[in-house]
Amino acid sequence: MPSLLRVATAGSVDDGKSTLIGRLLHDSKTLFTDQLAAVERTSRQRGEDGPNLALLTDGLRAEREQGITIDVAHRYFATPARKFIIADTPGHVQYTRNMVTGASTADVALILVDARKGVVEQCRRHAFLASLLGVGHLVLCVNKMDLVDFSRERFDAIRQDFARFAMKLDVHDLTFVPVSALHGDNVVHRSDSMPWYEGSSLLHHLEQVHVASDRNLIDVRLPVQYVIRGGDFRGYAGTMAGGVLKPGDDVLVLPSGFSTTVRSVRGPGGVELAEAFPPQAVTVELADELDVGRGDLLCRPGNRPHVGGDLDAMVCWFSERARLEPGTDYVLRHTTRETAATVAELDYRLDVNTLHRDESATSLSLNEIGRIRLRTRQPLLFDPYRRNRVTGGFVLVDPATFDTVAAGMITGPRQAGTGVTWQSAAVTREQRPGRGATIWLTGLPGSGKSTVAVELERRLVALGRSAYLLDGDNLRHGLNSDLGFSPRDRAENVRRAGEVAALFADAGVVAVVSLISPYRAGREEVRALHERAGLPFVEVHVDTPLEVCEARDPKGLYARARAGELPGFTGVDDLYEPPSAPELVLRPDDGDPATLAANVLAFLER
Amino acid sequence: MTTLEAAADAARDNLTALESEAIHIFREVAGEFDRPVILFSGGKDSTLLLHLAIKAFWPAPVPFPLLHVDTGHNFEEVIDFRDRVVEKYGLRLVVAHVQDWIDDGRLTERPDGTRNPLQTQPLLDTITEHKFDAVFGGGRRDEERARAKERIFSLRNAFGQWEPRRQRPELWNLYNGRHRPGEHVRVFPLSNWTEADVWNYIAREEVDLPSIYYAHQRKVYRRDGMWLTEGPWGGPREDETVEELTVRYRTVGDGSCTGAVESTASTVEDVIAEVQASRLTERGATRADDRLSEAAMEDRKREGYF
Repeated sequence: MPSLLRVATAGSVDDGKSTLIGRLLHDSKTLFTDQLAAVERTSRQRGEDGPNLALLTDGLRAEREQGITIDVAHRYFATPARKFIIADTPGHVQYTRNMVTGASTADVALILVDARKGVVEQCRRHAFLASLLGVGHLVLCVNKMDLVDFSRERFDAIRQDFARFAMKLDVHDLTFVPVSALHGDNVVHRSDSMPWYEGSSLLHHLEQVHVASDRNLIDVRLPVQYVIRGGDFRGYAGTMAGGVLKPGDDVLVLPSGFSTTVRSVRGPGGVELAEAFPPQAVTVELADELDVGRGDLLCRPGNRPHVGGDLDAMVCWFSERARLEPGTDYVLRHTTRETAATVAELDYRLDVNTLHRDESATSLSLNEIGRIRLRTRQPLLFDPYRRNRVTGGFVLVDPATFDTVAAGMITGPRQAGTGVTWQSAAVTREQRPGRGATIWLTGLPGSGKSTVAVELERRLVALGRSAYLLDGDNLRHGLNSDLGFSPRDRAENVRRAGEVAALFADAGVVAVVSLISPYRAGREEVRALHERAGLPFVEVHVDTPLEVCEARDPKGLYARARAGELPGFTGVDDLYEPPSAPELVLRPDDGDPATLAANVLAFLER
Repeated sequence: MTTLEAAADAARDNLTALESEAIHIFREVAGEFDRPVILFSGGKDSTLLLHLAIKAFWPAPVPFPLLHVDTGHNFEEVIDFRDRVVEKYGLRLVVAHVQDWIDDGRLTERPDGTRNPLQTQPLLDTITEHKFDAVFGGGRRDEERARAKERIFSLRNAFGQWEPRRQRPELWNLYNGRHRPGEHVRVFPLSNWTEADVWNYIAREEVDLPSIYYAHQRKVYRRDGMWLTEGPWGGPREDETVEELTVRYRTVGDGSCTGAVESTASTVEDVIAEVQASRLTERGATRADDRLSEAAMEDRKREGYF
């Protein structure tokens, strides 16, 4: 089966780009007789000698009349080995906007230089844009070789000049082909006029270039587009953005943090797949019934994207009617999410010719590129663009005109040190009066967490230690009073409790946290937070069986949940994920709450 | 190449990649729009469109109705096929009859009897009446030079018009479908397919098509270098002679201006071989409406044509 290769071409009409594409179509026998007849007719009307192959790609009347190319045109041709989609981008007007658009999906960028002129500014600019957009393969076509007597010396000089410049770019495969688009040398067939050239013809190179390893087959990313329900079937539809997904895989749903298992992966029409790769359209069934919707993302538990709303990105500005200025609000589209976003800062404007960074810039206008700091209202689930083009790319939409005004490539989470900084204290942890820690008691409602926690705090204080009880219910009266019980709010509830506990621990206090904290992922994040800060974290699973908890039902909550009054109640109709490796497990058989508290204390003393 | 890469490559062959792209587009529209509709004439491109929509939402039914702008100049085989498909998949079909617009005076019959250009107003009126906000069409960029420049999500203003110089940049697989009340978005999931891709996919998926796409005996007459068929739309004129030939259709439009091609291709494999050998584009070969002028398609698109 032929594979698909997407090629972006850049260069101006003067360089013979349209002629080159016309030549590719013509010599690969993709050009149709009626298209050629139309081109010959127009060429004659304009008094040109021979068919002007550039007319093939200039699709709009204004383009033909003015002899310029306004917009990205798509051309298609196929050989037995591959089908090619050429995004042909103009060299004259709005070159950057169109080149960026064409390059966004390209596997290969084809850049033309005129052999007589050599590597000019425009050529460097195109190469830079291709590398910025993550196009890994660059082909430099040195055209009009017939006008330099097919000189090997001229070709070598251009090659060395360009290779020197390309070292500054992120291009891992660079190929040079000497061609004459007008006469067809080295376009489809090897040229007899350049016996010194030992490489392939352009078409042969495009048929062979190895792009399989360009795709990210490591990081599983499936942004959910649409939920498909039919009878008992509930599937999450989306397009694979990274990694390899198989039935039986453990997956994490972001941003809620549920973990579950993949029951089936299906292709279009419901065909069961043994494994799915990017960019396949799939529908995934999960083992558990969870609240998953458009804008969520599936990944592997040990390999997550960044989750956050404060990030750095390179942007290319597209609008001729407005400028990008810090403080302006836009609508941001990223994977299957849409959220409000503010350009918080413009770090610099990049001169695409010299790669100089102008840090004094205060705005970007049409076709300018710069680095910005972006704050989004809802968190994004993203990877750096260099790692994944789908989860790293976004567009900005003007909320008033609905125009697409910018393309963005995320470089990563906002780097601390610019904007918000960390203020160092003058007191070290050793200088504080006590040694802090976090004791995190997790378990079902009614498992006895709070009773153990209250007793533990009492005993610690009796021993002269600074201790403080952070009870889940109590926190919901104040700090977390704005949160409900949706998976998202629960995740936030746990995150805040974890942050507060870490502050207490850092201050030298033993924080005793009593919180259902039903999801493993949330607890793991709190643990990671403590580990990063070098603070002890003791996860205690109060492992009281559900039947026992329900029989106790100290607050009458199980009864109300069973009556349908408390939807999403952990243990009844929402999931509780027990810890996989807690420091300590407390079971009712181990004794009464006082004994259990003593067990925790004993563990701490060790 | 590693084994994993090889497997990943196999999953990315041309037709699979095009299928995935089209399905991604269908699902984006389902997730973002309130009232989408699929333009469905029973022709091969719209049949393919529907086939992909059915696969995109399996096992649930397609969450959109179908819309057919009926010129009244139809091939009987195509209308039968249309109705069979609608019944088989339990779909809802809205039909806008051009004849109704002629009858009540909103449109006037053209002197040449061709009704293709008359489809635009009934289409726009029906979009307005039903408040459709996304309209799927089977247009492909390889069909014609103006289409080569059209976006996958193509905004139409309140008059249904396309403004080629005000198109939104379309990057990665992010589509901006924002529009104001009264405006709508034309969506072209087959943008990147070629005629050969369409036929190869029809073969791979064994998609059923109206019989006139395959070779059959038909009474035809020669006009403007095309084989037109007899029908209620008039013709042949006195100076035109009717012959019975073995023909098939490469495209299906208004009967008055869609030409047949001489062909003995009676199976999908025969058609693929014929398409690969052909030196004429399908529109150049068989559509009088596209030959009117060099910018014929661009002008009709600006007015709101498919």
